[in-house]
Amino acid sequence: MIGNVIGVLFDGLAYGSLLFIIAVGLSVTLGLMNFVNLAHGTFAMIGGYVCVLLMTRAGVPFLATLPIAFAAAALVGLVLEVTLYRRLYKASPLDQVLFSIGIVFMSIAMATYWFGASQQPVALPSYLRGQVHLPGLDLGVYRLFLIVVVAALTLVLQYLLDRTRFGSQVRASVDNATAAAGLGIDVNRVFALTFALGSGLAGLGGALGIDVLGLDPTFPLKYIVYFLLVVSVGGSGTMKGPLIAALILGVFDVAGKYYLPQIGGFVIYALMVILLIVFPAGLYARRA
Amino acid sequence: MATRSASVSISRASAVASTLPDDRWKLLEIVFWLLPVLAFFVFPNYRVLGSQILITGLFAVSLDLILGYAGIVSLGHAAFFGVGAYAAGLLAVHGWHEPITGLVVAAIVAATVGYPVSFLVVRGSDLTRLMVTLGIGLMLWEVANKAAFVTGGVDGLAGVTIDPIFGVGRFDIGGRTAYVYALAVVFIVFVVLRRIVHSPFGLSLRGIREGAKRMPAIGAPVARRLRTIFTIAAAVAGIAGALIAQTTQFVGIDTLGFPRSAELLIMLVLGGAGRLYGGLVGAALFMIAQDYLSGIDPVYWQFWIGFFLVVIVLFAHGGILGGLDTLRTRLRPRQ
Repeated sequence: MIGNVIGVLFDGLAYGSLLFIIAVGLSVTLGLMNFVNLAHGTFAMIGGYVCVLLMTRAGVPFLATLPIAFAAAALVGLVLEVTLYRRLYKASPLDQVLFSIGIVFMSIAMATYWFGASQQPVALPSYLRGQVHLPGLDLGVYRLFLIVVVAALTLVLQYLLDRTRFGSQVRASVDNATAAAGLGIDVNRVFALTFALGSGLAGLGGALGIDVLGLDPTFPLKYIVYFLLVVSVGGSGTMKGPLIAALILGVFDVAGKYYLPQIGGFVIYALMVILLIVFPAGLYARRA
Repeated sequence: MATRSASVSISRASAVASTLPDDRWKLLEIVFWLLPVLAFFVFPNYRVLGSQILITGLFAVSLDLILGYAGIVSLGHAAFFGVGAYAAGLLAVHGWHEPITGLVVAAIVAATVGYPVSFLVVRGSDLTRLMVTLGIGLMLWEVANKAAFVTGGVDGLAGVTIDPIFGVGRFDIGGRTAYVYALAVVFIVFVVLRRIVHSPFGLSLRGIREGAKRMPAIGAPVARRLRTIFTIAAAVAGIAGALIAQTTQFVGIDTLGFPRSAELLIMLVLGGAGRLYGGLVGAALFMIAQDYLSGIDPVYWQFWIGFFLVVIVLFAHGGILGGLDTLRTRLRPRQ
């Protein structure tokens, strides 16, 4: 029974860390550019398809596809930011929502056209399959791998934001874009690079998540709720808030589906509405 | 009319607010309402599609009340459509087959769900509103999905039998009665809504949209106004849902789904938000295009609708009606 609880907790943490790595870019987009980007899942989907295609058509090993998935999604993100997104930073949330829904629909249609509507399989390398046997407890190797990767990435991101020149430019632009520009920071460049970084992380998360979240053309629509949830509950523009929100969400979703299958996804939506009512500005609201 | 060149962008719509509402029926409006009557006789084979367009148009108008007039962006408006549909459907399945009372019950049930939700929606920022409406929509979908013993789950609620309207108009396979019934109900509700948005209450909603911080200064209770219009919009969406349930004699779980909410937003923006007729025009264009294009290939349809959304947002503010207004202002010689 105890092992069972720990198992669910463990799966929930793995799921949550995956959500975090995908959604952290969205948190930046929202916090930094104030852009309600419902198309964030599209970048995760790009990463996922890049990973699958490289593995099945070119025979690239799984681990080697991950950086390429990151780069591909980051590149698409960069191009879209410079050509389209940049024009809408000042637009109303409605325009941003509609624009990004448009992107989502187009990406779904294109993915269906090129790759078909079915779920894409992923063959994980043998050393990532199977389970680790501890006394009274079996842990999936891949889930352990996920947690380790995301923990490492979080540390790198934290370092990047806190200790590097780029990080301080990002933080300055988040706090006050006008003042930052006045100090000689190229805010547009910071925005573009941050957007690309966020898209890349989403792509990486999409590639890592094929085994857990699945991959089919409706991916951006299916999971957008979860990503938005992470950001709106965690508060945008921070790292800590979305991380904690993602872990809570992951654990509750897995536990809800495991222990209360008869109400299924209801747990997560109810949790979201309750959290939004109690913390309208997110768990860790940024100072205004 | 030249001053009505408002854009869909809520912040840019100040041109509309600068005129006092004029409640008189214009010639163009009368012509507009004669079109569906004409369509009934000219396209007898398209009456089923026609009644669906009318009903979806009403649904889009209900979203326009909160989006175009009050400036609340909702991603879960289908929740109330679905609640109304299930209310009317369940009523008919369990032995109450009279259609008009079915509509009234559906409106009341949808308003009863909408009123408590309005408290949650009104207090948040735009993002919180998006999330709360989205979350409530998804929650209701999940409830309908899991409560299959009541709602039929993903299989839908079949066996919705409806009595003849006033004992004369039997629902037939050609959609003749459905069309007339839908047109009558949609028109009556529209007239009421038209009166509401042209009233001082409607004007205060526009004021809130333009500057929610300033409205309390002139004594307008912002939160209460928003709750009222949200509840009204929920009730109207419920009526639209009930109409779909009664005319198709079936309630599918997709009436509650997120895609329906998203498509509704698209229709409204396509037609032009904040002008009541935008919803009707948008619904008609969207559904006719869908009927035609998805007949060729549903994937193309989804691509093009996404493409048009992006284009509308980037280049064509105000949708079709907004574009027409801009065109008319340009063509008209300066006075």
